[in-house]
Amino acid sequence: MRKTFESEIQKLKDEVLVMGSLVEQAILGSVEALKIRDIPASQLIYDADAHINSMRYEIEEKVMIAIATQQPMAHDLRLLASLLEVSGELERMGDYAKGIARINIRMGDQPLLKPLIDIPRMARRGTDMLNRSLTAFVNEDAEAARLIPSEDDEIDALYNQVYHELMLFVIQDARSIERANWLLWVAHNLERLADRVTNICERTIFVATGEMKEIDASDDEHRVE
Amino acid sequence: MTDNNYILEAHALNVFYGSFRAVADVNLNILRNNITAIIGPSGCGKSTLLRSFNRMNELYTGTRTEGEVLFDGQNLYDKDVDPVEVRYRIGMVFQRANPFPKSIYENIAWGARIHGFKGNMDELVEFSLRQAALWDEVKDILKQSGLSLSGGQQQRLCIARAIAIQPEVILMDEPASALDPIATLKIEELMQDLKKKYTIIIVTHNMQQAARVSDFTAMMMLTGTESRSGTVIEFDATNKIFTRPSDKRTEDYVTGRFG
Repeated sequence: MRKTFESEIQKLKDEVLVMGSLVEQAILGSVEALKIRDIPASQLIYDADAHINSMRYEIEEKVMIAIATQQPMAHDLRLLASLLEVSGELERMGDYAKGIARINIRMGDQPLLKPLIDIPRMARRGTDMLNRSLTAFVNEDAEAARLIPSEDDEIDALYNQVYHELMLFVIQDARSIERANWLLWVAHNLERLADRVTNICERTIFVATGEMKEIDASDDEHRVE
Repeated sequence: MTDNNYILEAHALNVFYGSFRAVADVNLNILRNNITAIIGPSGCGKSTLLRSFNRMNELYTGTRTEGEVLFDGQNLYDKDVDPVEVRYRIGMVFQRANPFPKSIYENIAWGARIHGFKGNMDELVEFSLRQAALWDEVKDILKQSGLSLSGGQQQRLCIARAIAIQPEVILMDEPASALDPIATLKIEELMQDLKKKYTIIIVTHNMQQAARVSDFTAMMMLTGTESRSGTVIEFDATNKIFTRPSDKRTEDYVTGRFG
């Protein structure tokens, strides 16, 4: 019994994992391309976002077919609703990678304001959190999901550091505003990525336990220390 | 003390067919003007439990009921309670529509007349058919046989017949299982209207129907190791039962893992 439905659900989870790994690669790749100013690489990432978007639509369509044909209840219903939400979060994260790629393309032959150190660190931390959050999601592991959001504080701290550093450049030389702003926007995208990881963790807890609660990871990226 | 929001209360209710205990130790409170669904796998005692709410089980030989069912605080199984009177106040609609082989009008009027109704019969017939959302379809053919109607109309005629006796509770045993989706939808919509005046308890195998129509859901299952008896394993708001049930067995049943 339920063989068909179980295998549909498994396939949907697999697709979310594939989508997640494409997003991870896109984020890491977009930051790396910026770091070494590789514009063709950024263009590839920019174009590849369409594929991530289409995966989201495919998942959405499959979820809707499963709802219509299987009339899911209880855990199944929570899982399918959450698959919609999580694939939507991944699609938006893909947009962040695309946004970072666009910044590198727009910068053209202008040099980076400073060598990138904390921004790649944010990207690594963020994608690592994303990877673990998706593992928790497909395993429906509420315990693992509860532990991840607190790591968002580290991302926020890195963001604040980048922010203050860039402001120093601007204060010293007002002509650096545009180049500082580009990097600030990159950091902002990465900060938002980590916030969305928290949403995936909330969904994981919801699927596993039925408990729908906002996890209170600090969201105040402009905190002054 | 009886909370008067509860129109029916089953306390330690047990129903036996001979030596077989079909329903075991059920405690269940039914809220007035709500729809309560009873769900569970085949043979778990849902219909037996439903019938115990208006002493219908006694019509089957060899049945015995223990415990009590309070109706507005009065135990239906007290010695001085007349079971016929109980069935007037707690009506029943069955799986297969069973109109009398009489005119549509007489289907409504007959029971009321027997029950000693002395008022304006035409008004009662119209009122009952309107309540059952059937009036517009039959007002010009009241003299036709009830059996000439479609299945869905026949079922609404039976609901009108139950209403004509002016019950407080309507028990429904799979009222839509023999109907097509449109007729089913009409019955379901009708139930939402009826609950403003009546209390409804429905047994259904159709999980989506229970989820759509009811306010509360009782999940029944066979339990026990030596002899298996039906009992209520979870009772809660319907929204909770179908999105985050507390009992693993309810979860397994509503998601189709067994049953």
